[in-house]
Amino acid sequence: MDQFVINLLFVGASFALYIGIAIWARAGSTSEFYAAGRGVHPVTNGMATAADWMSAASFISMAGLIAFTGYDNSTFLMGWTGGYVLLALLLAPYLRKFGKFTVPEFIGDRFYSPTARMVAVICLIVASVTYVIGQMTGVGVAFGRFLEVDNTTGLLIGACVVFAYAVFGGMKGVTYTQVAQYVVLITAYTIPAIFISLQLTGNPIPALGLFGEHTASGAPLLSKLDQIVTELGFNEYTAHHADTLNMVLFTLSLMIGTAGLPHVIMRFFTVPRVADARWSAGWALVFIALLYLTAPAVGAMARLNISEMMRPNGTAGEAVSVEQIENEERYAWMATWQKTGLLGWEDKNGDGKIQYYNDANPALAERAAASGWTGNELTNFNRDILVLANPEIANLPGWVIGLVAAGGLAAALSTAAGLLLAISSAVSHDLLKGQLTPNMSEKNELLSARIAMAVAIAVATYLGLNPPGFAAQTVALAFGLAAASIFPALMMGIFSKRINNVGAVTGMLVGLTVTLVYIFLHKGWFFIPGTNTFTDADPLLLSIKSTSFGAIGAMLNFATAIAVSRVTAAPPQEIQDLVESVRVPRGAGAAAADH
Amino acid sequence: MSDKPEESGYWAANIRIVTWCLVIWAIVSFGFGILLRPLLASIPVGGSDLGFWFAQQGSILVFLGLIFFYAWRMNKLDKEFGVDEQ
Repeated sequence: MDQFVINLLFVGASFALYIGIAIWARAGSTSEFYAAGRGVHPVTNGMATAADWMSAASFISMAGLIAFTGYDNSTFLMGWTGGYVLLALLLAPYLRKFGKFTVPEFIGDRFYSPTARMVAVICLIVASVTYVIGQMTGVGVAFGRFLEVDNTTGLLIGACVVFAYAVFGGMKGVTYTQVAQYVVLITAYTIPAIFISLQLTGNPIPALGLFGEHTASGAPLLSKLDQIVTELGFNEYTAHHADTLNMVLFTLSLMIGTAGLPHVIMRFFTVPRVADARWSAGWALVFIALLYLTAPAVGAMARLNISEMMRPNGTAGEAVSVEQIENEERYAWMATWQKTGLLGWEDKNGDGKIQYYNDANPALAERAAASGWTGNELTNFNRDILVLANPEIANLPGWVIGLVAAGGLAAALSTAAGLLLAISSAVSHDLLKGQLTPNMSEKNELLSARIAMAVAIAVATYLGLNPPGFAAQTVALAFGLAAASIFPALMMGIFSKRINNVGAVTGMLVGLTVTLVYIFLHKGWFFIPGTNTFTDADPLLLSIKSTSFGAIGAMLNFATAIAVSRVTAAPPQEIQDLVESVRVPRGAGAAAADH
Repeated sequence: MSDKPEESGYWAANIRIVTWCLVIWAIVSFGFGILLRPLLASIPVGGSDLGFWFAQQGSILVFLGLIFFYAWRMNKLDKEFGVDEQ
């Protein structure tokens, strides 16, 4: 069967499944729309959280970022999992006890201030919209390749599907769809990894294969990889090259950001009890870890495969010829990916071969001159295509490729749906119902939530067509914003009785503004290319890249809120009582019954 | 049993558990994974060293252990102080 037909079958069948579930579980009331009626089992919720949270960035981009950088990009692995520790220990049980629907609602009540709630809405929308951009880029890449249309058309098709799909179910529909999407995405991620691990190391568990022996050479896989990449002039894979301060701050930003992302926090409102919220965070990380322990193996093995393909006769031997790439079956993936514009090569010196090496490394200059190389000829290898192309690179059967297509889309769609839900509930529940039109009927509230989704997706699509970086880096910016604004306010709201309305609002504004300005100074104002004053290669402050700045923003938020609260009046007694009540699980059922 | 978590010692016990968990959380990731990696460089793990393993997999496994420990410990603490959900 033709590969295109197989892809279409897999993607089509998975879409039919999601839409079927969404129709079966569609939301009738606002409680179902915002919190799935609070009836979700902690393991189910953990699985849905995993799908909600593992996005196109985790599925499509992360292994590629690790593959081409090696150890230095372990920051993504630690950052995106470590945040769950913060979430489980510092936020989830207390916010569940509070028993309302949205993150801004907690901030508004705890800081007894509609202003605080509005600031939280703005922070939420900015972070979520930025985050949606990454998903849209990922959807575009996946559609573009598997349905053989260009990137832009792919993105537009993706936008329509996300829209049709997210508007259906609300939190209830989204939860059960996400469970299905998790199963699709984890299967799609692990099956090719198992095949490749068996091919290279003979170990069926990729996470163990990474530290196993490379069957062909008898050396440890990682030593073999280190050797090949250094011989081609690239950085040693397992060594530490990045700036340490930046690595620490970037990891911390991702951790705090994960714990501050409203669409993830919201998921913990759906479980029946406080004790369930604690377990559920653990289950979420179990399901996430299944992918995250595999990802570094996928990255390293793909890097090894690609390097060996470009140098089929060893690093010292002849490079792959243009003729081989055009005619041999095992290089067919290169031609297919070239069509998407995400992979490119050029025989610069006209020797009929594609010379893949690091032309910026002076150590290779001598060999290059002697062999007549005039620069690296694998001119473009977009990091985002690595996971999607991986099964083809390893020459796996057609159905695996179709499965990966469905998995990549499941990852992007489930996260996009969760984000759109967070955005639309902030607009309908916090902005309209909470502020502008408090007497709105439940029916109108649901309708406005759906309209808000439509607007959000239009904005995200526009920005997805003009993205500020790779999918994972775009997402990193959203994490910075969530870290700098939302997480500190929530944590201080629970762990301090002294932080008052003025302190919290100033803290959030300072954190958000400083972080946003720092990002815009480096990435361009509103991400418009060419309007930046600094670059991440040469940042404004020390070596701190704009993607690592969230942790600094969070510290500024904490410091400002504490300082301002100290010189202004303490919160009233009923707020201190509210904090007391949030701190103990007893009575959580009653809080939920208010709705 | 007091209604106020502060007076009963429940909150102080919680803070103690959280603090210890966060210390371990920081040591395995920022410590073993990044800053202390040179100290672990002499311990080989499959073609690389222990620091590399912590950065790519070990920290994630420890995070998992921490969250489940915390859930188990807190649900027990709730009962000890009689503040669990009934």
